[in-house]
Amino acid sequence: MPAVAMHISNGIIDNQVALLFAAIALAGLGLCFVQGRRELDDRLVPMAGLVAAFIFAVQMLNFQVLPGVSGHLLGGTLAAILVGPYLGAICVSIVLVVQALIFSDGGVTALGLNVTNMALLGTAAGYLLVATLLRVLPRRAWTLTVAAVIASVVSVTVASQGFVLQYYLGGAVDVGRSLGAIAAAMAGTHLLIGLGEGVITALTVTYVAKVRPDLVYAVRNLKRPVVSEAVTV
Amino acid sequence: MKKSTWFILSGLIAALLLAGVVSNFASSHPDGLDSVAREGCTFDADDNITGGTCMAQSEAENQTKDSPLAGYGLRGVGNDVLSTGLSGVIGVVATFAIGGGVFWLLRAGTRDRTKQNA
Repeated sequence: MPAVAMHISNGIIDNQVALLFAAIALAGLGLCFVQGRRELDDRLVPMAGLVAAFIFAVQMLNFQVLPGVSGHLLGGTLAAILVGPYLGAICVSIVLVVQALIFSDGGVTALGLNVTNMALLGTAAGYLLVATLLRVLPRRAWTLTVAAVIASVVSVTVASQGFVLQYYLGGAVDVGRSLGAIAAAMAGTHLLIGLGEGVITALTVTYVAKVRPDLVYAVRNLKRPVVSEAVTV
Repeated sequence: MKKSTWFILSGLIAALLLAGVVSNFASSHPDGLDSVAREGCTFDADDNITGGTCMAQSEAENQTKDSPLAGYGLRGVGNDVLSTGLSGVIGVVATFAIGGGVFWLLRAGTRDRTKQNA
């Protein structure tokens, strides 16, 4: 049996803060729908559905990162590279909604907290890192692979700090530890989980970029044009 | 069949294999968030809190805890491997259907608007 996924359960964060983040998640997703609609064409409809289904599948695969501690891919970086940040955040949100409603994984009351951390923060951080790295790294065959690994590590760590903020605002139990200690504990395990996520993301996007570069948002929209490469190299 | 259709089909088959088969080899240790939430408490063999102070103490029941697929197992299927695998297959199909539906509707809305403006 796979372990329960890395989603916040009901009751960990109090209801007011859960409601606040439900509003933030809805506002963020509204923006994603407005912006994502412009990038959506007929060919991308099944591709975006596949990205969501694939992230659901890989989220079932918990891997061990420390003795007694596991983790799984969150998918923000993968989604951002394949279908862009707006449609990508919607993909991850769809996975989180399916998990909470059908698999009872992640609290229904906590859905806004989880969407904010994993779909909004995770995808935004992953996208910004990939976009920056593809601009500054030399343009080689391995560029997208390296960018995927680094962006995944940062994305998962940023998402984990979203929980720290939510716990600071509305944690139901005072565990008597400093916020810094909790932030460090979350960052430590999630750095390792992010490395695992980086390997899976890099393998997947490198393969898709090889066989169907036209279906990879980062290749279509982010790689510098070959013309400018000839000038700089 | 179109090249894109083949790509989507192969991607779906890969997702079905991961969720339906490979999922049985997943680690069942508490994950990164769980392990932080459990820190400070002691647990018995059934994962009930037996003492201490930790975030997990305030965990409340989920509204969907009685779902036939709760906890990534299909209720009524005694074999663990089959139960996990079937739940994964259903999850992949459901996510693809719901995701595809959401993006199809979003696309359909855009098309209507373009038509009106034209």
